[in-house]
Amino acid sequence: MTFADFLNNPIQFIGDWLTQVLTNWGLSDSLATILVYLVGITVLIVFAMVLDIGLVWVERKVVARFQDRLGPNRIGPFGIFQPFADIIKLVIKEDITPAGADKIIFNIAPVLAATSVIALWAILPLASSIFGTDLNVALLYVVAAGALGTLAIIMGGWSSNNKYALIGAFRMVANMVSYEVPMVIILLIPTILADSMSLQGIIEAQRGIWFALLSPLGFLIFFVCAIAELGRTPFDLVEAESELTAGFNVEYSGMKFGWFYASELLHAFTFGGFIAILFFGGYGGFFGLEKVSGFAWLTNPFIEAAVFIAKAMFGYWAIMWVKYTLPRIRIDHMLAFNWKFLVPLSLVVLVTTAILHKVLIVLPTWQYVLGMFASNLVIASGTIEILRAEGRKRDRFSVQPAKKQEQIS
Amino acid sequence: MTAEQIIFLITSAIILAGALMVVSARKLLHAALWLVVVLFGVAIFYAILQASFLAVVQVVVYIGAIAILFIFAVMLTRRELRDQGPQTHKNWWLPALIASMLLVSLVSIIQSLPKSGLTPPALAEDFDGVRSLGMALVTPDSFLFPFEAASILLLAALVGAVYIASSGEKKGRQK
Repeated sequence: MTFADFLNNPIQFIGDWLTQVLTNWGLSDSLATILVYLVGITVLIVFAMVLDIGLVWVERKVVARFQDRLGPNRIGPFGIFQPFADIIKLVIKEDITPAGADKIIFNIAPVLAATSVIALWAILPLASSIFGTDLNVALLYVVAAGALGTLAIIMGGWSSNNKYALIGAFRMVANMVSYEVPMVIILLIPTILADSMSLQGIIEAQRGIWFALLSPLGFLIFFVCAIAELGRTPFDLVEAESELTAGFNVEYSGMKFGWFYASELLHAFTFGGFIAILFFGGYGGFFGLEKVSGFAWLTNPFIEAAVFIAKAMFGYWAIMWVKYTLPRIRIDHMLAFNWKFLVPLSLVVLVTTAILHKVLIVLPTWQYVLGMFASNLVIASGTIEILRAEGRKRDRFSVQPAKKQEQIS
Repeated sequence: MTAEQIIFLITSAIILAGALMVVSARKLLHAALWLVVVLFGVAIFYAILQASFLAVVQVVVYIGAIAILFIFAVMLTRRELRDQGPQTHKNWWLPALIASMLLVSLVSIIQSLPKSGLTPPALAEDFDGVRSLGMALVTPDSFLFPFEAASILLLAALVGAVYIASSGEKKGRQK
């Protein structure tokens, strides 16, 4: 056990060292293992929550940039200690439970919201040797955790005994149940390309080439579905300040609201991470550079974790970019966009990818990548043509009554 | 007792208590949420039995879709979310009889099982449940036919739902 061992596999090193310390104290092996696992889980959650505090600052600074403001800049350099002031404010705020509220459900909801996000961190691989667990059904697990998040929002919205909160909860169900469909279909694309549902397997399969290059449309659809799943603008009908005051969390105050807010930010970052893992190679994906002599340091866990966080931050930034640029869309538009556009398109992309992957995999790599990319371009241009034709048809219908009116007058 | 047995006992207790609450809770929404607890407990059982695919699908399908639709339907259809009437009806003894008979027969079956050697055989190191499930679903010898029959049934239901919805829309337009 040397410092080099620590650098090559820090989690294993610390875990082995802790187990040894505990067994030296006279604990049995199994008890020591359970304790070490508990410590590991706690450290992972604490890491996620501390990162979350940073995300509050990032979010506020980035939204300020988009809206041509300065953002927090008083407390600490660049206002970096602003989130701590926010947390102190939330903690000392009066904690109000509305009179007609269903107290138990009202109090469980924020906890469940945070749980559904932290549960995602159990499978998030920060580096090839830093991860909670490597499930062989990881992609389905992502969907399952999302279901718990929906449940939290329904519970919060219903138990508040407030009509705005309840409408927010209703909208959430419509949103989640529909956008889960194209998301699950698109999650099959990395599965087909990597021949695996485990996140490690998907990342290893992208050592050479990113899936975003093989299936750019898949990436775009997943990106849209992720934003819908997060309930962020333009799909923020759950909160819709101008219509529902604050949506499902309107009755929450103090740290209970803080949990909803924190879990929303962490959720967005985590989905940035999933976009990075599924389509941009996660902690790896240097196009084979790490095999070149002199670049072996790229597989160091610390470098990998830094690369992953950077990619996840970029995904998070892209989600914010959409959020602070686009206006909210109407609920019927949102549902029509999902069922009439995203679902058929994702089915076409999935079937094309599945067939072409089997046909083209025998070709040399550059022809395979080119073929996959070209097929996506063909689908995209075909979609645009269909939409244009549809748009012309609608124009004709909408123009005609206006002409008649002119004739009458 | 192993850790698995302890988890099993705790989960079973939670499932039983939750199931009791599903049928006895006064508020319909509480009953639906207790149902979620029960379904989640069953997912934990699958996880203990190393059936990770079933465990995750249990959460996705039963909690993510069915329980949420239950809650949605309850919230949409009932104006008063509290059940005021008596919780039993006059024929309560018949299901009680059937349930107790089921309990007696289950207990007698469990009694007849061997008391030892019930630890499951260890799975092979490279055992991949998802892969073997997938292979079983596309192998003609095992489950290809039932799988395809179920898919056709679901597709028919889907087409039927779309047809009913769209024909209703046309009628609405004609008016």
